[in-house]
Amino acid sequence: MADDKLLKIEKIQKGTVIDHIPVGRALKVLKILNIDDDIGLTVSIAMHVKSKKLGLKDVIKIEERILDSSELNKIALVAEGATISIVEDYNVIKKFSVKTPDIITGILKCSNPKCITNSGEHVKSSFLLVSKEPLVLKCHYCEREMETEDIIENIQ
Amino acid sequence: MWLNRDIVSIGDLNKEEILQVIEKANSFIPYAKTGHPDSPLKGKIVATLFYEPSTRTRLSFEAAAKRMGAEVLGFGSIESTSVVKGETLMDTIRIIDGYSDAIVIRHPSEGAARLASEYSEVPIINAGDGAGQHPTQTLLDIFTIWKELGKVDDITIGFVGDLKYGRTVHSLSKALSHFNVNLHFISPETLKIPKHIRKEIEKKVPVREHLDLEEVIEKLDVLYVTRIQKERFPDPEEYKKVAGTYILKPSTVARGKKSMIIMHPLPRVDEIPVEIDNLPQAKYFKQASYGVPVRMALLDLILRGE
Ligand SMILES: [Zn+2]
Repeated sequence: MADDKLLKIEKIQKGTVIDHIPVGRALKVLKILNIDDDIGLTVSIAMHVKSKKLGLKDVIKIEERILDSSELNKIALVAEGATISIVEDYNVIKKFSVKTPDIITGILKCSNPKCITNSGEHVKSSFLLVSKEPLVLKCHYCEREMETEDIIENIQ
Repeated sequence: MWLNRDIVSIGDLNKEEILQVIEKANSFIPYAKTGHPDSPLKGKIVATLFYEPSTRTRLSFEAAAKRMGAEVLGFGSIESTSVVKGETLMDTIRIIDGYSDAIVIRHPSEGAARLASEYSEVPIINAGDGAGQHPTQTLLDIFTIWKELGKVDDITIGFVGDLKYGRTVHSLSKALSHFNVNLHFISPETLKIPKHIRKEIEKKVPVREHLDLEEVIEKLDVLYVTRIQKERFPDPEEYKKVAGTYILKPSTVARGKKSMIIMHPLPRVDEIPVEIDNLPQAKYFKQASYGVPVRMALLDLILRGE
């Protein structure tokens, strides 16, 4: 029943639906996707939605914009397992779960203040996936490891 | 496999490669003081870029290069050169790359050598990047163990002192985990080995932690001592108390094996009192002197590929 009700508020003509976001992480997801006030698109956010699978979850709908899968995989950093539905003409044409990529480039700042990537060099940060559960990333440059809380705090 | 290879982190080398460096270094010991008679690196230029001063490391690299017949250029501190002031590291590297055959770099930022290696055609050797990696220190530490004990496998090593911030301990214990060793970490509660490093090491070798060196001294083949730095303690009284209990006593050494060796990355303060220097177990000055043959070996490997 809960899911049916959700579907009603969720129906969009064209765009991307991100479902099963761990509760409280919706704003982080928007941050990762660089979605801010002047995006010019209709974005709906539902937080603390009842879910059979997760108990509580967050949901985001982005109208008009079809996000590509590499872009979406970045959100696995804060919402591993979230479900993506690509909608066209009110139909879901593609549905998949996000997966943390093995190399994460440019979307995170290294938490080590002494890292060369934080020293004014024109270099993109780069991290290697060390472990998924719990999430551990290792800076390609300073080799410092970051865990979930650190990662969320340092998303650019 | 070795030709033009970057040596940024000790993790870049496997066990077999570490042993190759050791064997070559051993063969160079006779030449570390007199120079290699064939000058195998004649005509090569080694650049030493020291963005923070470390005279001991720089001289050791320069001596190694010259003993192999190579020329040396570079700078010993950022203040001493106007060329690189205000210039990004990558720009400097791209320029030096054009007139050297290998670049030795020391830099205060962690990861600087990795970045340099991405902008350089010639091989980069990391001579220390802040609190990060210092692979030639680790290689000379392993060489010292191998040379003084005749093996690296089947031994028990105790690290004592600041195990939280001491990068030499982190790199060396990771590298030693390739071998068949037992590791003991002895430190005050506040300076314990970081959990993530312990986790990584204990996947491969047995690890124990202690507060008191007396508990394990009898088992050790190697006692690796590090400095406890004042800056780590907000309360100077606390520092005095802690540092005091981690000063190595001759009576403790006497309880250990006769064949045990005592190592220290130097410089020391007072964690090893001078009366220990004359004991046969004291190997830290020898350890420092092994820096030259080890660096000769590494330069030869990456510049000639054999
Ligand atoms: Zn870093």
